[in-house]
Amino acid sequence: MIEAVELTKNYGEKRAVDDISFTVRPGVVTGFLGPNGSGKSTTMRLILGLDAPSAGDVRVNGKHYAEHPAPLHEVGALLEARSIHTGRSASNHLLALAKTHGISRRRVDELVDLVGLHDVGRKRAGKFSLGMGQRLGIASALLGDPATILLDEPVNGLDPEGVHWMRTLLRQLAAEGRTIFVSSHLMSEMSLTADHLIVIGRGRVIADTSIEDFVRKASGDRVRVRAPQAQRLRELVLADGVSVTSTEADVIEIEGVTSEHVGELAAANHIVLHELTPLQASLEEAFMELTRDDVEFRAAAA
Amino acid sequence: MSAVATTLQIPRLTERGRVTLGRVVASEWTKFITLRSTLWSLGVGMFLTLAFPILFATVTAARWSHLAPQERADRHPLDIALAGVSVAQLAIAVLGVLMITGEYSTGMIRSTMLAVPKRLPVLWAKLGLYAAVSFALTLPAVIVAFYSSQAILDRHHILQISISDPGVFRSLVGGALYVMLVGVFALAIGALVRNTAGGIALFSGIFFVIPPLMNILPSNWNNAISRWLPSEAGRQLLALTKDPNRYAQWPSGAIFLGWCLLAVAAAAILLRRRDV
Repeated sequence: MIEAVELTKNYGEKRAVDDISFTVRPGVVTGFLGPNGSGKSTTMRLILGLDAPSAGDVRVNGKHYAEHPAPLHEVGALLEARSIHTGRSASNHLLALAKTHGISRRRVDELVDLVGLHDVGRKRAGKFSLGMGQRLGIASALLGDPATILLDEPVNGLDPEGVHWMRTLLRQLAAEGRTIFVSSHLMSEMSLTADHLIVIGRGRVIADTSIEDFVRKASGDRVRVRAPQAQRLRELVLADGVSVTSTEADVIEIEGVTSEHVGELAAANHIVLHELTPLQASLEEAFMELTRDDVEFRAAAA
Repeated sequence: MSAVATTLQIPRLTERGRVTLGRVVASEWTKFITLRSTLWSLGVGMFLTLAFPILFATVTAARWSHLAPQERADRHPLDIALAGVSVAQLAIAVLGVLMITGEYSTGMIRSTMLAVPKRLPVLWAKLGLYAAVSFALTLPAVIVAFYSSQAILDRHHILQISISDPGVFRSLVGGALYVMLVGVFALAIGALVRNTAGGIALFSGIFFVIPPLMNILPSNWNNAISRWLPSEAGRQLLALTKDPNRYAQWPSGAIFLGWCLLAVAAAAILLRRRDV
């Protein structure tokens, strides 16, 4: 469980996180979505006590992170920035962290195996690929068997197999009743792993909603109809706030009405329908629509 | 497309401990011995502590018959035995700075502070560990250096002293204490500056640039100020006889210790306050 209340962080003149409040619940994967520079990593650092908030408060499992007597048993974290000494092997890195909590070497070995680093566990971490670094980060996040797990851009640098592995892992961790908070700037990735979404842009929460609601809201009412008498239906349906486009003679796309309305209208007028489909915006479109005004770095329009 | 929903066996953990200072020390020890740079720096430092006295003793013995009486009088066997300390302190200082700045430059510091978010235990553990290791290595090294250089000089029947002569053992212990405090001071500087190059530059400035600059001053000013400088006060820990322009061995050692504590206090305050 993570509870942020009116959390704000300024770096000099710049406000990285602007008065955000949210709750991340156990048992589901909560996605933390936003464009680059929107404040995701800063928020994670505030949750983990690496940075002190300029205002507001954030608690994890009921306490400030630093107040936990055994933080690795409460919270596991994978940060976006590299957090390992390049001269040390993966096993020794984990062992050094384990020792702060009296966690055994056996546990370290188990996790090295779990994340698939068995063959390179003794190699210096400076020689690791990005993907191997991410796997090592996952191992350190799981080291203390924590109830809450924060992952900042965990699929960065993973190959397709690694991405699939990460999804499976996250779903399972959530199924075990843990609180999973995953940031990403990729909507498509979130749609496959997250149950709930917190969308952030320019340091503010834009949306805090379930994945389904997010898509439904962003899609609006759009319906595709395939019918021999499509043109007749077009005339019947046209009204204020309704627009119709057509790509083929017997296909029309209607915006501004529900599929129920179109179906009833067709039945009342004895129009045969071959297809009646409510259209969803893709998640990517929904995300871009939502954050259009909040993207910090945008390619200049030519 | 594979429809197999793979499930992972995520091992659960039954034993649950908490962070204690002893465990943080154990963790720092693991970090310390699992880096090659540590072993290299310590190895070089101890090698120099031994090699310089042996070299000095050999050269002094070989040239003894050519030396004027005044030159002979200027050679002191304890200076020869402790000749390596002034060079070894560099290796110890660099490693002291690196012990903390290495974590900042690689990002390791974030992992460290996530495991020990109270932060200060990490500083105490690093300081205690490094002080203990540098003292425990340097003391035997200077004692071995003393006996080796004496053995070489003994063959030529010159410059003989005994470890039981007044002040000799005390100066050898003083040499080890000096190296230990240099390590503490350097580590605190590293924690303040959080940058390897900056930390080494600041240490070098304080130890190797400011003291000679004092020679610009009139000599009474120079003496009044120099005796309070960390490097000059620290050097008195090695002195067999009191320099009239400096405080005595232990008061000077206390001044150097004071500087170390000041640097450590500043590092501790900033470690608590600054964002990682």
